[in-house]
Amino acid sequence: MFAYIVRRLLYAIPILIGVNLLTFTLFFVVNSPDDMAASQLGEKYVTPEAITNWKRKHGYDKPLFINPEAGGVTQLTDTIFFNKSVRLFAFDFGRSESGRDITTDVATRMWPSLAVALPTFLVGIWVNICVALMVVMFHGTRLDRGAVFLFVALMSISYLFYIIGGQFLVAKTWRLVPISGFHTEGQVWKFLILPVLVGVVAGIGAGARWYRTLFLEEANQDYVRTARAKGCSELSILFQHILPNAMIPILTGVVVLIPSLFMGSLLIESFFGIPGLGSYMLDAIKSQDFAIVRTMVFIGSVLYIFGLILTDISYTWADPRVRLS
Amino acid sequence: MKPVILWSDALIYLLVISLAFFFYRLRKDPQIRERWSQVFSSSLGMVTFTVIATYILIALLDSLHFREALENPEGVVGQEVFYDNKVTSVFDVLTGGMGDRFERTYSAPFALQSFEKENLQDAAGNDIRDYPPLRHAGQHLDDPDERGMDIAVKSVTALFWGALLSLLVIGPQWLLTRGSRYPWRASWLVQGIVLCTGVWMVSISRYYHILGTDLGGTDVLFQSLKGIRTGVLLGTLATLIMLPIAITLGVMAGYFKGWVDDVVQYLYTTMSSIPGILLIAASVLLFQVYIDLNPDFFTIGMEKADAKFIALCFILGVTSWATLCRLIRAETLKISQLGYVQAAHAFGVSHTRILARHVLPNVVHIILITFVLDFSALVLAEAVLSYIGVGVDPSMGSWGNMINGARSELSREPTIWWTLTGAFFFMFTLVLAANLFSDQVRDAFDPRVSLPSAVEL
Repeated sequence: MFAYIVRRLLYAIPILIGVNLLTFTLFFVVNSPDDMAASQLGEKYVTPEAITNWKRKHGYDKPLFINPEAGGVTQLTDTIFFNKSVRLFAFDFGRSESGRDITTDVATRMWPSLAVALPTFLVGIWVNICVALMVVMFHGTRLDRGAVFLFVALMSISYLFYIIGGQFLVAKTWRLVPISGFHTEGQVWKFLILPVLVGVVAGIGAGARWYRTLFLEEANQDYVRTARAKGCSELSILFQHILPNAMIPILTGVVVLIPSLFMGSLLIESFFGIPGLGSYMLDAIKSQDFAIVRTMVFIGSVLYIFGLILTDISYTWADPRVRLS
Repeated sequence: MKPVILWSDALIYLLVISLAFFFYRLRKDPQIRERWSQVFSSSLGMVTFTVIATYILIALLDSLHFREALENPEGVVGQEVFYDNKVTSVFDVLTGGMGDRFERTYSAPFALQSFEKENLQDAAGNDIRDYPPLRHAGQHLDDPDERGMDIAVKSVTALFWGALLSLLVIGPQWLLTRGSRYPWRASWLVQGIVLCTGVWMVSISRYYHILGTDLGGTDVLFQSLKGIRTGVLLGTLATLIMLPIAITLGVMAGYFKGWVDDVVQYLYTTMSSIPGILLIAASVLLFQVYIDLNPDFFTIGMEKADAKFIALCFILGVTSWATLCRLIRAETLKISQLGYVQAAHAFGVSHTRILARHVLPNVVHIILITFVLDFSALVLAEAVLSYIGVGVDPSMGSWGNMINGARSELSREPTIWWTLTGAFFFMFTLVLAANLFSDQVRDAFDPRVSLPSAVEL
């Protein structure tokens, strides 16, 4: 087990290098450091001196990948790619192009993201399982077919409409909570209720449908038939046989998402004005801040790989028959 | 008149032709016939297919572009013909110029007056502040109170013509399909509704704005209809671009194994570990910078918007192949263990031939299900991308751009609800039909596969 995890962690290194290489190439394929300097300086006619100064100050005055002037290993290390990307592996994110410390930004913005994403995640799972269980109870009836149609219909509504509709109904028409905003002290929950509600409702369609399939798969197993033959009631079959067994695929299916909760949701955060990592990314994309985009891509990849490893571990934990090797 | 062939037009027609060819080739395969007939045996499959086909037809009509010749100013005699900078499509003509009837700004559905008060002069020449009358709504009315009656009369007439047209379209189908075992009636019902509504829309929109107008005074119904082309093209072209990458890499990894498998696995793990939206956003922004740096590539604005659109399809395609690739790899791994592949090896059949004859036909169902499933995901993704500001060009009508522009309208007093309603209705219908249809296809082809969508936002 321990050896397996170590190997998985080592395997993450080439993937992260690949991720960095990809983002880096993507950024500089059409954009030269000169263009970047010009757009960051923000003036239409920038003097060459200003560009050179900016590049030197931000460390973009070196060749991209290979430095032919240097000798030996420094041919590869004395380049923009090495200097900008390798430091990420030590979680040293440096400064954004506008001069702010990215590590501090990420560390402070992580919590609002988590404050929205974690309740959405937990409440969402709970609601979806409840809805799916109710539907499974009526399996094969008209109610079941109607519910499946409703799930597909809910899935077909764009996320944007859920947000806009939620803000319009709850915040504007009923005036229950503020439309958007965030406070760290005082009544934080007031600002969290609506985003969480919208996130949960928007996820019901796809989520409940998925859980329904899982429960039905379990319902076709032999042990369910045995339980029925023993004379167990349908309710006890559902809650004492199907539900505990279905928890295994549910658990292993959702574990991969847990680390990504830190990243927050782009849309929810920007619509509700929550100062989390999602809106941080959006702002960085809009202002073309390469340092932040690069960092966020890196963090996102690390969390995703971490999620994959967690999934594998959760398999062994939930199902003793599985051995990692 | 001078035809204009945009890149996206050419690609969508190419796609339609190749799909037609594909199905023509497969028509004799008894297994595939059996599967498709299962899809169409249910009314739901028939209805959803008809809806999707309607959308595709509109998208195709909207992809036949041309530029009108301009008449020479009087007194100027010349051989040279100048063309309008505005690109028109066959669909624009069919709607009877719905998109050419601009107002100044917002107006409610079926309104006769603008939504906002302006400084006007009354009959006596005094300055007053009132709602100005619309330029293209209710011009034929003498008395505004006649509006309700007028709409009712015109609707009945339009529905009469719509019913007549439906008869003309459905009649031949009825004759051709007598004794068929498919539920054609469900399809005809949809066709009838679509035709009647279509005729009604075109005829009423000559006198009123059915869904009102937006901030810029454009007819909202027309904008929603124009969004169809963008949605359908994005949904199909992006998948089309993704397929060759996913199929080649997936089949090669599963079939050759060894280092090829390692490389492909590394590639798709790397791709899927990057947050999708960041990758898409970064790529789109870069392409935008590139276009802005080279403005002389394009002669008319539409071509520039179209280039951005193609790039968006490319980016969505290139960033979303990982999921399908993984599935195809797993399936190929399974297939290449099977007896007939082993036998083919023993007989010394070449790799290419084994791949073409034994492996590829057996992964077609996965590709098919992915194609239909991704379609709806991509239509939804377009709206989100437009909201973030990395979607299609604002000059190109799309539901995402409509939603983006109408975001703050609900908070106005009185509420402006019609822009969002228009975008919602047309988008929801398409995505719902595609989702339900993809369920039918999946049930027929492979009920075991529960595919996650490749496009995650």
